[in-house]
Amino acid sequence: MSEARVKLDIRDVSIYYGDKPAIENVTLDIKEHEIFGIIGPANAGKTSFLKAINRMDMFTTNMEVRGDIYFNGYDIRKARNIYALRSRIGVVFPLPVGLPLTIYDNVALAPQLSGIKDKAELDIIVERCLARAALWDEVKDRLNSLGSLLSGGQQQRLTIARALSQEPEVLMLDEFSIAVDPVTTMRIEDVLKELKSEMTIILVTNLVQQANRLADRTAFFLEGKCVEIGETEAMFDGKVEHQRTLDYIQGKFG
Amino acid sequence: MTAGNTKIASDQYDRRTMDWYIDKFMQLLMFVCGISAIIFIISIFVFITIEGLDFVIHDLDIGEFFTSQYWSPSDEDDPEYGILALIAGTASVTGLAMVVAIPFALGTAIYIGEFSTGKKRESLKVLVELLAAIPSVVWGFIGLSIMNPLIIKVFDVPVGLNVLNAGIILGLMAAPIMTSIAEDALKAVPDSYREAAEAMGATRWQVIFKVVLPAAKNGLLGAVLLGVGRGFGETMAVLMATGHSVNIPHSIFDSVRALTATIAAELGETAVGSPHYGVLFTIGIFLFLITFLINLTADLVVRGVRKG
Amino acid sequence: MFEISEINKRNQKTQKLFQILFMMMTVLLIMPVVAILGMLIYKGGSIISVDFLFSNPTNGMTAGGIFPAIFGTVWLVAVALLVSVPIGVAAAIYLSEYAPDNWLTRIINLAIINLAGVPSIVHALFGVGAFVIFFGFGTSILAASLTLAIMTLPVVIVASRESLQAVPLAFRMACWNMGATRWQTIRRVVLPNAVSGILTGVILEVSRTTGETAPIMFTGAAFFLPFLPQSVFDQTMALSLHLFVVSTQVPGVPEDLPYGVALVLIAMVLIMNSLSIAFRMYLRGKKKW
Repeated sequence: MSEARVKLDIRDVSIYYGDKPAIENVTLDIKEHEIFGIIGPANAGKTSFLKAINRMDMFTTNMEVRGDIYFNGYDIRKARNIYALRSRIGVVFPLPVGLPLTIYDNVALAPQLSGIKDKAELDIIVERCLARAALWDEVKDRLNSLGSLLSGGQQQRLTIARALSQEPEVLMLDEFSIAVDPVTTMRIEDVLKELKSEMTIILVTNLVQQANRLADRTAFFLEGKCVEIGETEAMFDGKVEHQRTLDYIQGKFG
Repeated sequence: MTAGNTKIASDQYDRRTMDWYIDKFMQLLMFVCGISAIIFIISIFVFITIEGLDFVIHDLDIGEFFTSQYWSPSDEDDPEYGILALIAGTASVTGLAMVVAIPFALGTAIYIGEFSTGKKRESLKVLVELLAAIPSVVWGFIGLSIMNPLIIKVFDVPVGLNVLNAGIILGLMAAPIMTSIAEDALKAVPDSYREAAEAMGATRWQVIFKVVLPAAKNGLLGAVLLGVGRGFGETMAVLMATGHSVNIPHSIFDSVRALTATIAAELGETAVGSPHYGVLFTIGIFLFLITFLINLTADLVVRGVRKG
Repeated sequence: MFEISEINKRNQKTQKLFQILFMMMTVLLIMPVVAILGMLIYKGGSIISVDFLFSNPTNGMTAGGIFPAIFGTVWLVAVALLVSVPIGVAAAIYLSEYAPDNWLTRIINLAIINLAGVPSIVHALFGVGAFVIFFGFGTSILAASLTLAIMTLPVVIVASRESLQAVPLAFRMACWNMGATRWQTIRRVVLPNAVSGILTGVILEVSRTTGETAPIMFTGAAFFLPFLPQSVFDQTMALSLHLFVVSTQVPGVPEDLPYGVALVLIAMVLIMNSLSIAFRMYLRGKKKW
């Protein structure tokens, strides 16, 4: 695995909201077909970090990103068509958002926008994505009802299905299990393991054990700094460079 | 989702697609429409100034314009262009209208905002909204055909088209708008203020007078200013209900003539480009500037409350 | 145990008194209008008939119907909407979706407030100077409708902006995250969910435009025309101006005629308004997220 291609190369990235730093001097690389876990307590700057990767900073007032981010070796700061860039990087934020469209359209929207018009083709994409997000069985009989009126847990799975529908190269999940019950969480975790062969996954989680179950490598963020990065297994075996990492993993603070 | 589409040339993020161009074009289009309000307000000023310019340069004597009460612009030998009486007409009618409207608007706003809840509140608000919708020409007609004989009968005066008539009509017209804005201002006062005062044992009316009204002061002032602006600019109702005679009023039973009504009544009879035509546009410039000032002040006052 | 003290009793009395006072004010504000409406119906109701609504005025407007005036008002309103709705909705989209919080946006907002606050007769002067003379449209439906459109533009902008802003930001974020452009997001998600609110504003504008008189007096509406307008370059009669004319300019009009005209006008305006309010309430009850 160590020879896999570098998918995202993050060099000395800092993020500021006005004068306040959210992230300072983070350098790391994320390889193709790995699940990269990011753990850390609240306010560690994890969400800001994800926003910088798909250039959502331009929609957040005050947010300024410094440093370089390379996606497939390409400097994303230079992208003139950031929409094309963003469609390659899917993201799921903690609060589920079912768009006020039909369930079908929620999932079919991204493919439609990218130019797919064939109904049969869309049908296949919708079914596959919903099935992968462990939602198909529950909604297959009411694909025409509003996605925004589903329950919280269902909306979160719909959000995941939507993120998959754009066939991203990188899928970023930000504490996806907050709005989902434990059983569904386990089902989605299984799906993520499968998806690894198709895409690169960044998993931001507040559940240390979730990172342990899924991530190949894990980074520990604390107060805007990346404290350390290591193979997950080794890390959870206690082979850490910093005492605070171990303390966090063992639940001594957080 | 088949593997294999991951090899995408990086120039994809440089290539501007059709969607990209559509997006930029729409953004530009929305921007142009967005600033249209600015363009229109400037155009209004520019175009009425163009039409009034000739008069302003050649015939206008600013001193006489504002201080003379003689208005006879159609006199061929010795036209007089004094708008003092017209200003007095507008001011007296607007003033009386405010005397009528302010207590009722504030009282109604307080009743709706502080004493009503649920269905009653909703229906009262709807009713106020409907009152605000009655066209000014209908109000003018009411002044002419209902208020006029009523005033003659009740006060035993020869003419019922006067300051009183127009003031009441204008007051009834302005009150609903002022009520809505005043009610918004009351609603903007956080409930925590009320709860805090009530927790200290204050009664409802003490809360309203000592806490809510002072806190909503700026918004209420804004409501009054907008009412004044509305009264100042009202045309059809004052044209029909004032009696339309150039006159500095000495009592509320005198007939007067308003600035706006003068334009409405005389523009149709003037030749384009004549001094009479020009002076009407000059009055227009004056009205524009005054209402602009009133609206600007109201906006600043209301904005002040939001910041504080 | 909780004995009501004398002071408390007095306070409660005062409170009751004030409540009654404010209620009286509300009633006094609303009563005259209800009375006036009743009067209009009482005095003008008898003249309303199919014939009155659908025939031409005769005998120097002292008899006959008001069809050309109704017809003309529909023309004026329709053309005004054609201009103001696209511009107004687009302006609202700019303000809600694109505008940064800067000085330009503040000036735009100030301009909107002033556009709504400039006296209607000043709008009329502008219409004469700009559309009738400068652009050479003459006194025509086009000139009058453009004047009305600019005057009522703030109604559309304010209502549309409000309903666009009611669509949660999270929906836009979700679309942007999928690589949708701003415009795709607006067209597919924001606009469809705001359209009903915008429609409410449009109905309100129709009601406002129907009643306006001063702006059309010198730009396109005529006292009396023996024929119906054929194109936007013709003059037309209008219901609001017709009320002014028959109640002030024409001698020997039977009393019930102007009452009838006023009744038709106010009915059109209030029905439109009630429709807009009812629609708004219906929407408020219907949850989409």
